[in-house]
Amino acid sequence: MSGVSATLRAIFEPGFFSSGPVRVAVLVGGVVALVSAVVGVFTVIRGQSFAGHSLGDLGTTGGSGAFLVGANPLWGFVAFTVVGAAVMELLGIRRPRGRDLATGVVLGAGLGIAALFLYLGTVQSNTSGATITILFGSMFVIRSSLIPVFVVLGASALAIVGLLYRPLLLSTVSADIATARGVPVRMVGIGYLLAMAIAVSLSCVTIGAVLSTAVLIGPAASALRLTKRPGLAIAVAALIGVAVTWLGILLAYDSYYWPPARRGWPVSFFVVTLVFVVYLLADLASRRTGRKGARRAQQALAPGDDATVGRAPRGAG
Amino acid sequence: MFSGFMVNTWIVATMVAVVAGVVGFFTVLRRSAFVAHAVPQAGFAGAAGAALLGISTLVGLGAFALLSALGIGWLGRRGRHDAVTALALVLMLGLGALFLSWSEEYASAIFALLFGEVLGVSSSEVVATAALGAVCIVAVVILYRPLLLTSVLPEVAEARGLRTHRMELCFLAVVALATTMSVPVVGALLMFSLMVGAPGTARSFAVRPLQALAASVAIAIAIVWIAIAASYESDWPVGFFVGVLGAAFFVTGRAWAAWRRSRSGRVAGARLGMAT
Repeated sequence: MSGVSATLRAIFEPGFFSSGPVRVAVLVGGVVALVSAVVGVFTVIRGQSFAGHSLGDLGTTGGSGAFLVGANPLWGFVAFTVVGAAVMELLGIRRPRGRDLATGVVLGAGLGIAALFLYLGTVQSNTSGATITILFGSMFVIRSSLIPVFVVLGASALAIVGLLYRPLLLSTVSADIATARGVPVRMVGIGYLLAMAIAVSLSCVTIGAVLSTAVLIGPAASALRLTKRPGLAIAVAALIGVAVTWLGILLAYDSYYWPPARRGWPVSFFVVTLVFVVYLLADLASRRTGRKGARRAQQALAPGDDATVGRAPRGAG
Repeated sequence: MFSGFMVNTWIVATMVAVVAGVVGFFTVLRRSAFVAHAVPQAGFAGAAGAALLGISTLVGLGAFALLSALGIGWLGRRGRHDAVTALALVLMLGLGALFLSWSEEYASAIFALLFGEVLGVSSSEVVATAALGAVCIVAVVILYRPLLLTSVLPEVAEARGLRTHRMELCFLAVVALATTMSVPVVGALLMFSLMVGAPGTARSFAVRPLQALAASVAIAIAIVWIAIAASYESDWPVGFFVGVLGAAFFVTGRAWAAWRRSRSGRVAGARLGMAT
């Protein structure tokens, strides 16, 4: 019995469960990871990982702009991600051929504006540390008063995906079939971009731009290596997302006295490393089963079939 | 603006623009904008690591840029290319966050690595940039034909016996090299703007590959020169001007192409890879 509690104490540094910031981080991190992972499954299937990441960086721009004018950063994040998504849509993110360039141009402009905002902020307040905070975020400094707002934002992103689930899936796998069936493919795509923008701004403002991309893409990509069924992939992705986030928080808390700096290793490092390891393991697992059933899979890859969802052509959507 | 200490700036920035124009042309053609975004940021993490170890920034930059580029090439062969790129990017940035948390690096130095510091370039930096840039250009000249073919018509290239995946790795290595030479000057974030904005605009004006390549270089040089002049006058970061000018040029090019199309009344069909 004492052995068990000693082990537990070694894993959970004293004070882990009673620390206020940790509780907030666990709660908010969990919600964010869950929402991001669910939304991320479609991001990965639709081949919009670049857009998902770019929205995060655009949110950073908005956050630094809000910081500059003294507004609540949250609204800066939300405004810039939503506007960024709209411009990407206008410039042609729908067509797989123009998507890469449209996303890139919007991102390039956003980064330029971020450079200006951060520079002006530095001149104004003489605290260039804001650059780092905005880019990398810090889960342990979330204000608990904002939690209800985060929950509402997360719920609305999930609601959009839930409402659009069937048409979204259909138009992702085959835009032609969806059009023939009367699905407003473009509107569905816009709705999905909106959900992604909300999810990304939520994760950006709470856990930073880097982790935002990590929890959006990592769990979803890993889940899609393990299963081709969209429903199952969403569940697996959510599980992976929440697990790596919580484990990352735990490790960051434990690392407080680790060398060399003895002021804790960043949460983002732990979460990102865990995400990457999970992806490598999923990749390994899928290669194992892939070799066994390669021929079977080839036959199952007929267009329109559910089995193709995980491997929709890169241009789908 | 053209006084002694600015001479190096103009020289280095022009070299960076030429390389960004050339490498960016293939980046846009291959739809690898995400890679062009990820590799410089990975280089940034490497620079942070090099600062920690006390070795040359350029070594850390180059090592991480190459590592991430080849990692993307290797993992991207099986998985989804864009998802793998995102994963490599966040892994490198996570490492960068770790290195930064260990070091006592000044925030302003980090800001310079991200957003560029074109003023006060030393002569040794000019030499290093020129050498790396020359290697980059020579590599592109040697690879020009197979790279173009695998970018535009991968199936035909395969049929002709070209290894598309090997070409992909070569291309990624060139991107890593271009990153290494440019990040200390224009910064991790703005190298990307230059590599996408200029060639993206060029496609609206030119149809043939060599024309588009030349236009891409010319536009990149124009963007960089205007940005430096404006930054010198206003004291605002050069990255802001590069990013906004890149997008403005791109939108202008699009508008011009659309206007010309509507005037001629027919769609110019066989544009390189991407018509609109």
